[in-house]
Amino acid sequence: MNDRPHTVSVSTSDRLSAVLSGAVRRVSVILWRKPGLSAGLLLAPPLGWFLLIYIAALAALFISAFWTTDSFTGEIDRTWTLSNFQAIFGSETYRLIALRTIFMAAAVTITDVILAFPFAYFMVRLASQRQRVALFTLVLVPLWSSYLARVYAWRLIFAHEGVLNWVLHGLGFQSIEIGYTNWAMWIVFSYIWLPFMIMPIYAALERIPYSLFEASLDLGAKAWRTFFKVILPLAMPGVVAGSIFSFSLTLGDYITPVLVGGPGSDFIGNVVYANVGIANNVPFAAAYASIPLVVMGLYLMAARRSGAFDVM
Amino acid sequence: METKFARIALAAWVIFVLAFLFVPIILIFVYAFNASNIQSWPIPGLSLRWFVSAWGNQEIRTALGLSLKAGVLATSIAVFLGSSAAFAVHRFDFFGKETVSFMVVLPIALPGIITGMALNSFFVFWGLGLSFWTIVIGHATFCIVIVYNNVIARLRRVPRSLEEASMDLGADAWQTFRRITLPMISTSLVAGALLAFALSFDEVIVTTFTAGAQNTLPLWIFGAIRLGQRLPEVNVVVLFVMSLTFLPVLLAYKLTNQAGPMVK
Repeated sequence: MNDRPHTVSVSTSDRLSAVLSGAVRRVSVILWRKPGLSAGLLLAPPLGWFLLIYIAALAALFISAFWTTDSFTGEIDRTWTLSNFQAIFGSETYRLIALRTIFMAAAVTITDVILAFPFAYFMVRLASQRQRVALFTLVLVPLWSSYLARVYAWRLIFAHEGVLNWVLHGLGFQSIEIGYTNWAMWIVFSYIWLPFMIMPIYAALERIPYSLFEASLDLGAKAWRTFFKVILPLAMPGVVAGSIFSFSLTLGDYITPVLVGGPGSDFIGNVVYANVGIANNVPFAAAYASIPLVVMGLYLMAARRSGAFDVM
Repeated sequence: METKFARIALAAWVIFVLAFLFVPIILIFVYAFNASNIQSWPIPGLSLRWFVSAWGNQEIRTALGLSLKAGVLATSIAVFLGSSAAFAVHRFDFFGKETVSFMVVLPIALPGIITGMALNSFFVFWGLGLSFWTIVIGHATFCIVIVYNNVIARLRRVPRSLEEASMDLGADAWQTFRRITLPMISTSLVAGALLAFALSFDEVIVTTFTAGAQNTLPLWIFGAIRLGQRLPEVNVVVLFVMSLTFLPVLLAYKLTNQAGPMVK
């Protein structure tokens, strides 16, 4: 009598666990037999998140560029029109800002390729294993450490009483006021995105088999010829991958222009932010933001062809 | 194949680039200990007074709390969504597979203002007022790719045969996942999570579009720098943010100890 409940409970839990493990097994058999179902279950949450929140929002944004805002009521008028684009391309100021942004993004990208390529090349070809690990870590630290902190550091450097002028004085030069100019933005952007350029170029160079260098040299090519005919073409996916980051991140930035740019250094991002936040003219902001969107869309499609996504 | 001259020139270039990369970071460290409230070089003396003052600043504490909470939540979402996407893409063939890997990278490959604006108009369209939760949704969206990249890189390296062996020996799907798959990918999950957190903790552009009245720590810093207020405290906070972002990164690097997936 005493041990009856005990026996019952044991057999219940046994049965329960048998049922449960049977269920797990049945489910896993079904999933195994129908890979489409498991793929669907795995894919649904991330796909749903992206399609519903992000892709839909991007599409809506692009569409709203063809709408207008009633300047009186602030209501969005959903009549199809190109007036936002006419306003942008008809205005000297907006054209100038767009060109400045794109030109800066290109200048920063070129600067970073020049700075990064020899660095990555040294890492792959000349550095010892230990040096390579050390250099890799040293590039990672600025790549991930705070963006704002690194922009802010340059404000301290460019300040009238900052490090730059202190060094210049020490060398017997006059002080310069470089802060709050386009030059300052160029230096800061190149600085911020440099690690993003080094990493993919390194990854691309590292993949080149050593035998290719030897083969080229054996076949009588001079070092520079080996570089331009063998190394550079094979490293191109890395350069393109890095340029996606430096170009896109510069195009979409508006913090650095605010913090180190001068009064006349507005970027596309500054106009967009002002129109979303202050002026509440989302259609116009969307139209203006479609410039970097289209530029980057074309760039990404071209980059995908070059195999850049494999080294990202 | 490099001549002696080329070797020396390359080494000099590396040193130049390293100096370029690290002088500003070192300055951040030094300025945080500046005894004066004037931002000039050389600093007149060292002091810890701004650490005390920053610690006592309620605005900074609130912003820090918000950033930590948003970072942890966004990271959790990103780990769940990023790893399931990685599994789906790695394990199965389906129509549009290429598109998935392209789509997850979009939030960081497209300019930040576009991601920010898109999310902003999405929230406004559905009448979701900008709040703490909209910050989390925004951060999760661009953190997914970090986890995805880390996990898929690992999945490509572990042999599928171990799981097949486990199934052949009678383990069910859950046991196989729990005992075989998870241990093999766990470090990549942790690394992805750490990196995602670091990215979230520091993000400012998308956040300005998705935050309402709330200030994350980077938003507080941005505001303070722009207005030129409380700069000595900014120095301290900036040092703190920098440390808190690169510590997880170094840890993640140790965990993966491999070059590929660390690049954003």
